[in-house]
Amino acid sequence: MNVNQSVPPVPSFGQPQPVYPGYHQSSYGGQSGSTAPTIPYGAYNGPVPGYQQTPPQGMSRAPPSSGAPPASTAQAPCGQAAYGQFGQGDVQNGPSSTVQMQRLPGSQPFGSPLAPVGNQPAVLQPYGPPLTSAQVTAQLSGMQISGAVAPAPPSSGLGYGPPTSLASASGSFPNSGLYGSYPQGQAPPLSQAQGHPGIQTSQRSAPSQASGFTPPASGGPRLPSMTGPLLPGQSFGGPSVSQPNHVSSPPPQTLPPGTQMTGPLGPLPPMHSPQQPGYQPQQNGSFGPARGPQPNYGSPYPAAPTFGSQSGPQPLPPKRLDPDAIPSPIQVIEDDRNNRGTEPFVTGVRGQVPPLVTTNFLVKDQGNASPRYIRCTSYNIPCTSDMAKQAQVPLAAVIKPLASLPPEEASPYVVDHGESGPLRCNRCKAYMCPFMQFIEGGRRFQCCFCSCINDVPPQYFQHLDHTGKRVDAYDRPELSLGSYEFLATVDYCKNNKFPSPPAFIFMIDVSYNAIRTGLVRLLCEELKSLLDFLPREGGAEESAIRVGFVTYNKVLHFYNVKSSLAQPQMMVVSDVADMFVPLLDGFLVNINESRAVITSLLDQIPEMFADTRETETVFVPVIQAGMEALKAAECAGKLFLFHTSLPIAEAPGKLKNRDDRKLINTDKEKTLFQPQTGAYQTLAKECVAQGCCVDLFLFPNQYVDVATLSVVPQLTGGSVYKYACFQVENDQERFLSDLRRDVQKVVGFDAVMRVRTSTGIRAVDFFGAFYMSNTTDVELAGLDGDKTVTVEFKHDDRLNEESGALLQCALLYTSCAGQRRLRIHNLALNCCTQLADLYRNCETDTLINYMAKFAYRGVLNSPVKAVRDTLITQCAQILACYRKNCASPSSAGQLILPECMKLLPVYLNCVLKSDVLQPGAEITTDDRAYVRQLVTSMDVAETNVFFYPRLLPLTKSPIESTTEPPAVRASEERLSNGDMYLLENGLNLFLWVGASVQQGVVQSLFSVSSFSQITSGLSVLPVLDNPLSKKVRGLIDSLRAQRSRYMKLIVVKQEDKLEMLFKHFLVEDKSLSGGASYVDFLCHMHKEIRQLLS
Amino acid sequence: MATYLEFIQQNEERDGVRFSWNVWPSSRLEATRMVVPLACLLTPLKERPDLPPVQYEPVLCSRPTCKAVLNPLCQVDYRAKLWACNFCFQRNQFPPAYGGISEVNQPAELMPQFSTIEYMIQRGAQSPLIFLYVVDTCLEEDDLQALKESLQMSLSLLPPDALVGLITFGRMVQVHELSCEGISKSYVFRGTKDLTAKQIQDMLGLTKPAMPMQQARPVQPQEHPFASTRFLQPVHKIDMNLTDLLGELQRDPWPVTQGKRPLRSTGVALSIAVGLLEGTFPNTGARIMLFTGGPPTQGPGMVVGDELKIPIRSWHDIEKDNARFMKKATKHYEMLANRTAANGHCIDIYACALDQTGLLEMKCCANLTGGYMVMGDSFNTSLFKQTFQRIFTKDFNGDFRMAFGATLDIKTSRELKIAGAIGPCVSLNVKGPCVSENELGVGGTSQWKICGLDPTSTLGIYFEVVNQHNAPIPQGGRGAIQFVTHYQHSSTQRRIRVTTIARNWADVQSQLRHIEAAFDQEAAAVLMARLGVFRAESEEGPDVLRWLDRQLIRLCQKFGQYNKEDPTSFRLSDSFSLYPQFMFHLRRSPFLQVFNNSPDESSYYRHHFARQDLTQSLIMIQPILYSYSFHGPPETIAQWRKAGYQDMPEYENFKHLLQAPLDDAQEILQARFPMPRYINTEHGGSQARFLLSKVNPSQTHNNLYAWGQETGAPILTDDVSLQVFMDHLKKLAVSSAC
Repeated sequence: MNVNQSVPPVPSFGQPQPVYPGYHQSSYGGQSGSTAPTIPYGAYNGPVPGYQQTPPQGMSRAPPSSGAPPASTAQAPCGQAAYGQFGQGDVQNGPSSTVQMQRLPGSQPFGSPLAPVGNQPAVLQPYGPPLTSAQVTAQLSGMQISGAVAPAPPSSGLGYGPPTSLASASGSFPNSGLYGSYPQGQAPPLSQAQGHPGIQTSQRSAPSQASGFTPPASGGPRLPSMTGPLLPGQSFGGPSVSQPNHVSSPPPQTLPPGTQMTGPLGPLPPMHSPQQPGYQPQQNGSFGPARGPQPNYGSPYPAAPTFGSQSGPQPLPPKRLDPDAIPSPIQVIEDDRNNRGTEPFVTGVRGQVPPLVTTNFLVKDQGNASPRYIRCTSYNIPCTSDMAKQAQVPLAAVIKPLASLPPEEASPYVVDHGESGPLRCNRCKAYMCPFMQFIEGGRRFQCCFCSCINDVPPQYFQHLDHTGKRVDAYDRPELSLGSYEFLATVDYCKNNKFPSPPAFIFMIDVSYNAIRTGLVRLLCEELKSLLDFLPREGGAEESAIRVGFVTYNKVLHFYNVKSSLAQPQMMVVSDVADMFVPLLDGFLVNINESRAVITSLLDQIPEMFADTRETETVFVPVIQAGMEALKAAECAGKLFLFHTSLPIAEAPGKLKNRDDRKLINTDKEKTLFQPQTGAYQTLAKECVAQGCCVDLFLFPNQYVDVATLSVVPQLTGGSVYKYACFQVENDQERFLSDLRRDVQKVVGFDAVMRVRTSTGIRAVDFFGAFYMSNTTDVELAGLDGDKTVTVEFKHDDRLNEESGALLQCALLYTSCAGQRRLRIHNLALNCCTQLADLYRNCETDTLINYMAKFAYRGVLNSPVKAVRDTLITQCAQILACYRKNCASPSSAGQLILPECMKLLPVYLNCVLKSDVLQPGAEITTDDRAYVRQLVTSMDVAETNVFFYPRLLPLTKSPIESTTEPPAVRASEERLSNGDMYLLENGLNLFLWVGASVQQGVVQSLFSVSSFSQITSGLSVLPVLDNPLSKKVRGLIDSLRAQRSRYMKLIVVKQEDKLEMLFKHFLVEDKSLSGGASYVDFLCHMHKEIRQLLS
Repeated sequence: MATYLEFIQQNEERDGVRFSWNVWPSSRLEATRMVVPLACLLTPLKERPDLPPVQYEPVLCSRPTCKAVLNPLCQVDYRAKLWACNFCFQRNQFPPAYGGISEVNQPAELMPQFSTIEYMIQRGAQSPLIFLYVVDTCLEEDDLQALKESLQMSLSLLPPDALVGLITFGRMVQVHELSCEGISKSYVFRGTKDLTAKQIQDMLGLTKPAMPMQQARPVQPQEHPFASTRFLQPVHKIDMNLTDLLGELQRDPWPVTQGKRPLRSTGVALSIAVGLLEGTFPNTGARIMLFTGGPPTQGPGMVVGDELKIPIRSWHDIEKDNARFMKKATKHYEMLANRTAANGHCIDIYACALDQTGLLEMKCCANLTGGYMVMGDSFNTSLFKQTFQRIFTKDFNGDFRMAFGATLDIKTSRELKIAGAIGPCVSLNVKGPCVSENELGVGGTSQWKICGLDPTSTLGIYFEVVNQHNAPIPQGGRGAIQFVTHYQHSSTQRRIRVTTIARNWADVQSQLRHIEAAFDQEAAAVLMARLGVFRAESEEGPDVLRWLDRQLIRLCQKFGQYNKEDPTSFRLSDSFSLYPQFMFHLRRSPFLQVFNNSPDESSYYRHHFARQDLTQSLIMIQPILYSYSFHGPPETIAQWRKAGYQDMPEYENFKHLLQAPLDDAQEILQARFPMPRYINTEHGGSQARFLLSKVNPSQTHNNLYAWGQETGAPILTDDVSLQVFMDHLKKLAVSSAC
């Protein structure tokens, strides 16, 4: 993490906080705020008017709290007209907008600003002022007064009218009613006491308090209060969850009963009480369930009125911060689905914010790359770096160059420019794209990236029409589409030779552990059929990919499976110190030609090693061997490594067990994430040079040092799969499913990705599974449709509002049939001079993707605590900048969030309390390294659900409903003990069964007669012929189908010891490892913001 | 006693020994004046169908520095049950088992006819013979096929309980595991990496045997004492497997681009073979059989690079010091050879290629370990096939004609010391009272190791008379020498063969005639030739020739009868008369002349010369030309043959004439190992050059004046004819100048 780089930027935020000494926001792309909103809202507009327009406010105040106002002020009454894309009269948009208008009841409210938004039935209640601004505003009068409190921001996307605030805020929240009763006084204590007990040092909290509380006394007393909560937090941690993110087996430990929760909390109140009498109810906050207003709090916080009421600053009897009143991810997702899921997203217009990743939508490529390929943190970039620095909103694009598309969308066209190769700008080498400007009657074109004027080669010449467009523009994908492919010429190939078809090499650990668990037998059996499904190009009859086999323990066994042999031949290489490939001919073969020999081999491997006693393994030589084999065969390819144990045999890359939990929360914690030796990086580098991608399947039953072993997969664009304590009976389905998908998925090999930008910005940083030998080229030995590269941009010049900013991502790769191709993605972004425009066009999911990756990389170099602080500070600065520059003036006690970022606090909190950044006692070092590694190449949808799991109630919706039930928020208080829930985060899948669920339901799902007879930890539901069973199993299947990795089901019973495991994923609650609850964190965030503002 | 000739022959047949002098000059000074050293050719395992081994162990002299074996020359006191060692005169008690000994009840070793006797030792575990095939796969397809067939065939010739192993090599080296079912398994090594024995054994898993072995060992140590490796398995268990394995053997699959030699890792392959046996079966009879079809081109021991445009070193390159790989390669193979010898194993080299294969560098492997060296054009020739087959021939007892891990221990009576040995042996560096300080051949020791030997393996052993001139030997005194050869018989028994000989001493002054008459000019010629060849390995060719010439002239001066400065008066007695002629041919032989021979060929010829018995050696020095004819002009025979007369019934006699030499040739071919190159040619035929290079160049372009004698065509050579040679010799011999 780039710490200490620069000075805290914005003067208005004033003083760098002593608390976060090392951290400076500058490391994030700074952005200056602007308040000109408009365009992006269009999308929201139609569907969910409730969120956006608060015409009255907008009109009344020039910079209304919401981004929308300026535009909306003028147009609010007529709804969509205000929004850029619709307003422009785009043919396609036109109808859709009208449709929306008609459809959506929400449109009505627009007319009358005062009217509560109608389309969020559950959410909206007649809150005083109809606030539609994009901001979430929360007034925390209590904070103002006591200095501690910020009531949580309202949950729904609606802007909370800042000044009048309370009412408006409530209006925007889904559960505004609750919101109204929300005790402002309550929040602050929570945030201080419990919000980040584990994380924050007393120093940090001290200053923040100082501001919030009465200045003199606060500093001193604070400290104890902080430590107080810490202890309980830790005590919880002990017994808690084992492997939160990827649990393979239930944790053995028993959980303390619910009482513990109260136990630790107990001590808190007294500690606070001297300072802040009203804080005791914190407990409530941490527990999640909303309780009634708590009288205790009332008195200390005069300024905490109900949010519902318009009188913001008025002290009201304090109430507990109502979780329902703060922005709800569920609601936002739901709204976006409703509003934007129905119409195709047409990419013709520059700077459009696409629908959320959680929304199902179709994309029509009209000149910009589909959001499936590229998503940005913001679609409107500040024109100057000063603005960017001010805003602190990172400018990043999350690029998934080979993303798979739904069948309705066409995959990119392949363009062949013949022998001369793809047409490019002579100076910056950008590829021909729709943004290139043809001039001089078509004889030349001006590069849209560097402005260089190039001659059009004669064979490419075409006349221009009256608008200056080439007449063939729509016949040529490269002139009309955002994404397309070029056939590469030999100049684009390694050694100026067209590549051979790639190869897959299966490298199987046959040491004692692998044999004992049945893994080898299972794998060999599976491979026999799986090999028929190697990826193939388009309509090819058979895959061009050749296969090879290696087994190993502390020596390597290569197999000659040449078709002419009657039996496979095994060749043992024991010289692991100096690895080489013992054979060329017969090692990599066509599956169909050598089928008999391969089958015979796969039959024999389990037998041959059945009696092995060899427990030691090597690792680096194995990859080296695969890489050398590819080198010898002069092709790129992928290694599938199936590995069980820490490689302790004498060989290069030998590792020792260095797992040391004592390092956690020390400055040395980062070493746990770093590889043990440099051998792995060196090897990875060689692999990349050869186009050798490594996929690693781990089957450890103890520490294997994932941090080190995953270096090569990580740097070669490969994947790591981990099956702790693998047992065939329990894990076979998950493993086989992952294996099948991994083997079958389409891969590009030997790839180089280059992101070009128009003048003014520059790609400066890259995150993901790849290797870089210079500062611009992302080298990927392999790249599949799941792998994502996050790119951060910085200004190096001023941008022009008119011309906007362009990105071109060019990926040169070898297809799985061995064809060399270039895939080009283009994306045009808007540029703004008003910070509000920036805030109005942000995508929080993408932002979180970037911030998580940034943080997860940061732990390699900085103490975890510093990384977390960095995140918090940046988030606070982003929000403070908004508050300062874009929101309408309002009392400091209000928390005002930009509409687009109202989920930033909750999501960021999830990142902060993730296993990597805040490990619980049961999280192993390997798990942390594994997750860290996984997140690095996740796309936006994956990070979204990973950090904020989906919780689906099973019996609420009608049984005949075929759609997924609406999710509920990930908090224990949302669970009804009469219901069952599925929880998934992309890696884990739980079925939580409430204790008082109906017997009939239990019977029809589990085929047992009562709750008590349900086997805890069950991983397979019985196949029963009844609607409920079918539906639940169908739902599970469909959830699994949506994820790139198979999620093993774990059935958790309420009050069962396994429930601890499950609760770890209820991310809105306080976690046992000390992670703050949503409410607490929001309060804390508010405090930070206020501090910055004061 | 009959003639010396008969005596010599009888001794050779009985003891396998031929001395240059059969009466020994009694003083050091005189001995040196005899020019030809006192030496003998010893054939340690000479076949003696009439000599069944005795089933007990030899009785040794108790003096620790002597340990001579009880023999017929010892004086025995039957009453006191004592015997006196005839070498050190130590008096020894007979062992208890000899309690019944008496004049009439003598053990065999005391009987004069048992001057050579063989003991069989019952002690110790018997280890099976081991054959480790090291096979080059960088061969042409048909060559490889032929080789594979030969190897498969050989499996049927091996004793069933012999252990066999297979290593193949090309760019990589593969050690094949023979015990596995279903899937053939091999260990592969990089062909470029020099591995230590320890590394090899580690990598083959020999240092820590597989678990089942560890378990089995304590349980049945007796039954499976040698089961510790999967790479060497009893033939009878795996012959099917191995036959299949050989059948599936592919040519080295690594591509060889135009203008390149295949990468051939002979050096590493041999190193691994040596290391494998070293780790598993030290001091057990084992043959490493290297089959190679070209020069090593990579790794340690490489002889030539893989660029075809750079040819393999020639004698010219070597003289100019241009053979850049030679020294390093030689060093590598010498190191291997010495290790192999130390382990008691031997290395055979079967090199079949049209070009050189690096025998020059690898020769020590065969030379020092007693292995065979066979050179041919192709594995697909009868020369190779039959030669290879002949290795597995059996003797009258049905035993293989091969023995392993022999040590030759020589004891001499005190007037003699051992100067050295020349043959397929290495020194064991055993110093002792009977070791001379002057070395001839491999000296400085009284014991040598001969790792592989057969009934014809013959060593030249050189002695020095150390008796001073002023310490006369009593009249009738005899000098004695005992050869004790301890070896592993092909039946895997340990055996000891003891040969004890004695010869009379004679005073040169008074008994020169005796000594002269007892000169064995054939043995002397071969022994001198061995010395010459031995020198030629380290010295410049011309120097060796000059040395040989000087020796010859000195001999003629010493033993010739002539008048000073009168060449025509020069005469040699019968016992010396052929000697100059042998020397003439020796000078022209490929053993000393490298012209017209590649370094490999020279190494090959010298290798064989240094191990053949006397008869074969002599033939090799002086070829025998047999003639066949009708009584007519012979030059027409070729024309007749071409015309096909031999196929016509009416010319059956002509057919017989043609057949006769063929039959004789076959007979000769069958008697020799390795099988000689057999060339059937005719006058003016292209192959006739092989013949012409061997015969006496009595007519050359240098003496064309002699043309017209119509006895044959001139031979185009710079060599002098025998006649010229003899003339010069006489002149020099009678000259008082030298």
